[in-house]
Amino acid sequence: MKLHLWAIAILSVMTQMLTTSGSVEAQTEASDYGIQEVAQINQLVRQGWADYEIRPSIAATEGEWIRRVYLDILGRIPSVDELREFTKDRSPDKRKALVTKLLYDEQYTEQYANNWTTIWTNVLIGRSGGTERNSLINRPGMQKYLRDSLARNKYYNEMVYELVTATGSNTPGTDGFNGAVNFMTMKLEEKAAQATAKTSRIFLGLQVQCTQCHNHPFNEWKQQKFWEMNAFFRQTRALRRFESGTRNVSHVELVNESFQGEGLTKDPNKADIYYELRNGITKVAYPVFVDGQTINPSGYIEDVIRRDELGKLMMESRYLDKMLANRIWAHFMGYGFTKPIDDMGPHNPPTHPELLDYMGQQIRKKNFDLKQIISWVALSEPYALSSRTNSSNESLDDPLLGETPKFSRFYMRQMRAEELYESLLTATRAHEGRGDYEAQEELKSRWLGQFVVAFGNDEGEETTSFNGTIPQALMMFNGDLVKKATDKEKGSFLNELAASEWNNTQKINYLFEAAFARKPNTNEVKVANQLLVARKGDLTAALQDIWWAVLNSNEFILNH
Amino acid sequence: MSRSLTPKGMTRRHFMSHLSGASAMTMPALAMGNTLLANADDLKRRRKSAVLLWMGGGPSTMDIWDLKPGAPTGGPFRPIATSGDVQISEHMPLMAKQMHNMAIVRSMSTREADHGRGRYYMHTGYVPNPNIEHPSYGAVLSHQLSHQRPELEIPPFVTVGGGSVGPGFLGMAWAPFSVNSNGQVRNLQMGLEDQRLYQRMYALDLIESGFINQRRGSAASDHQKILKKTLNLMTSSQMDAFKVASEPENVQERYGNTNFGRGCLMARRLVEQGVPFIEVDLGGWDNHQNIHATLRDTKLPELDQAMSALVEDLEQRGLLEDTAIIWMGEFSRTPRINGNAGRDHWARSWSVVVGGGGMNGGIAVGETNSDGTRVETEPYTSQDVMASVCKALGISLQTTFTSQNGRPMKIANSGKIIKELFS
Repeated sequence: MKLHLWAIAILSVMTQMLTTSGSVEAQTEASDYGIQEVAQINQLVRQGWADYEIRPSIAATEGEWIRRVYLDILGRIPSVDELREFTKDRSPDKRKALVTKLLYDEQYTEQYANNWTTIWTNVLIGRSGGTERNSLINRPGMQKYLRDSLARNKYYNEMVYELVTATGSNTPGTDGFNGAVNFMTMKLEEKAAQATAKTSRIFLGLQVQCTQCHNHPFNEWKQQKFWEMNAFFRQTRALRRFESGTRNVSHVELVNESFQGEGLTKDPNKADIYYELRNGITKVAYPVFVDGQTINPSGYIEDVIRRDELGKLMMESRYLDKMLANRIWAHFMGYGFTKPIDDMGPHNPPTHPELLDYMGQQIRKKNFDLKQIISWVALSEPYALSSRTNSSNESLDDPLLGETPKFSRFYMRQMRAEELYESLLTATRAHEGRGDYEAQEELKSRWLGQFVVAFGNDEGEETTSFNGTIPQALMMFNGDLVKKATDKEKGSFLNELAASEWNNTQKINYLFEAAFARKPNTNEVKVANQLLVARKGDLTAALQDIWWAVLNSNEFILNH
Repeated sequence: MSRSLTPKGMTRRHFMSHLSGASAMTMPALAMGNTLLANADDLKRRRKSAVLLWMGGGPSTMDIWDLKPGAPTGGPFRPIATSGDVQISEHMPLMAKQMHNMAIVRSMSTREADHGRGRYYMHTGYVPNPNIEHPSYGAVLSHQLSHQRPELEIPPFVTVGGGSVGPGFLGMAWAPFSVNSNGQVRNLQMGLEDQRLYQRMYALDLIESGFINQRRGSAASDHQKILKKTLNLMTSSQMDAFKVASEPENVQERYGNTNFGRGCLMARRLVEQGVPFIEVDLGGWDNHQNIHATLRDTKLPELDQAMSALVEDLEQRGLLEDTAIIWMGEFSRTPRINGNAGRDHWARSWSVVVGGGGMNGGIAVGETNSDGTRVETEPYTSQDVMASVCKALGISLQTTFTSQNGRPMKIANSGKIIKELFS
């Protein structure tokens, strides 16, 4: 018993030490790890603090920082072993070493690719894309394309070119398989309105969907622009292919076909398309890119493949690099330079125009190398700040209060549903020896399905009920996933922990480190001991109660 | 003491009595249950509620509520007489018998014709603004009406079969509780002895509060509020209100064997239980093609059956005078019929239907021109509908919220009352 109290005393001293070292760190200039881009990002963000006379939050603790890095790069929290290895390391450049390891070490390649595949799949086809019966999307096909590309760290602009220009079969294992086609197979209905809107929005940050029917009320986009952009997609068709001799769909093939235009004359050399102004007047449109560049208007694929031309024009567009900068920044920082991040027209000026422009330029200079961009942001000073507020930034830098983000603290956000899923597996060591990717995805997507809510319109919009409300709390309280994570039957994580040769303090520490990347404080140790008494010495049951409480807490579910 | 009892299936009072003597541990911040602070006058006042029938996708109101037979834009549907002083589509025969309870506002004129923007605008009375998130109907009304029912243990804002729009700056505590139309709420059972659940909650609250006390902002503290609401709900017998399947078969049949039918039936049960705001979603109105066959064969029969049963039941039970009903989508559809026999997005001239809560029924407010392309009378907006619903529910239009950045925001965005509904 005496030994036990002693252990608690040590713990509380350690907690204080952590806090103290954190605040000391904040006063010194943050390291740029000898990376020019990191230095420049830090300087431009600091400039904003000076302009608003804001004092940034203290630096995050090591545990908080490493938890973020794992979540944002790999899509899961760090294991206790990974945490301890990092904490033990005393070298000054260990943060850079960790980011480099997560991005480039072979043991993490698969996890990196899987996480970003999830992120991009949700962007490109939504959480429900390909899950309905008779869908033209093959979700595994989309994922296979992304996984292969991301694992090889294919340059982002090349990926965009492939997604925009893809032809071939959507289904793995069929002739001419090209998973990239799945981005567009479901977006060609109604004269490819969705292909037009989503391509502009996702890759260029231009929201044109309103201008399908009328001039945009707030930006310079005119209805004409929508249809000029739309004209690029009009040679494209998604065709169902059948197993020979049957009516069973084997796959969907995306093809380019000559387009003869919509006019009465149907002259493919011009391939007119028409749209109607709100006053009923009909106008004609030809393919013209957002910056006014035109291409050969012929609809014959022998003359010109319109999507190929579009792909080339997009690769050169500054919108492409700025949109990527904004997306990656928002992923790590919680907010982008514009809100929403994919609405970057002139009506919606960015919070840090210079920084956005700089990052865009550097991205272009480095050939759209995703891993480099990620490392700049992950090693930046604002990313390493605490999510605790101080008197200077509490109200001035709270985007929830309608303030524009100044990035003077880390903005907390809920884990995404996929991140929670993977983190629970990591925390309970259930990720060791799992089935193959497809089998895992199947299980995960069945679980995720309960949170997807569709809006019932033709644009396939959806929302999620995994948003911090009661159904999510119920899932964490009582759902199968958490039941499994807190299971105490033979062979379970808790059962093995209880049976280990560690003492009780070590076992409790392990749970807190697994979930929070920190050790428990005095009060938490006290309540853990009370639970042990309440369970009449049944250690596994007590660990189960603690683990349940830990997993249900704000500190666990929030990326902080 | 019954150890085998799960919290579910007990009344909360019963559950609380178990807890009070169960342990030496106390529960500081997560004190369960609503404080019974409401004064006697409040309790005596009749409870007001609202049901929003949300038509996702944007229904063509000139094929339902404001027909233009013979006009080039009119489409094939014929108008029929109703129990009120208005005509509606021939494919709404059951609603025709209920129109004495409902008013059609035919002079709606709005500007948002994009799904996302329109949904936001019609739900909040505000156009989207990147710097602030406005609270939606359900959050505003349940926030204003919750004090009338201190005994309510289940969420005051329920959405059936859809996502609604969030609570904005009012905070996650006013977020919609979304259920599907069969009323089965997932993960309600913990299967744990009360005392142990209570001890777990104590440990959880300690961790939770420790994190909040580190100045982590509203995301941390909102989580705690949700935990409290979740625990309330898990232990409440009021959850029975969600069980539409326990209604007699003939009642279920009257509402229709559809998701929307079950949703409307659930809405009635929730109103009876004292839930102040229920939204029931019916999607599938984004009819860019083949609109009239779709309306005639599927959408309108489904709507007609469920909506009419809801209005009828509320009237029969004497609940309609305290329950406002709002029927609307994010916008309507072009008078012009396009090349695919569909109609596209249109916000300039359309209809919303309201009733109950003491609003005048059987009337049409305002009118559109002969082909439905223009509003001829004073145009009304989302704000005006919301202001009128607030008035019907006895909520003062002087009510002002302070958004978290200190900006004062008047309820219903200073909309004007649609006077014909109240004269």
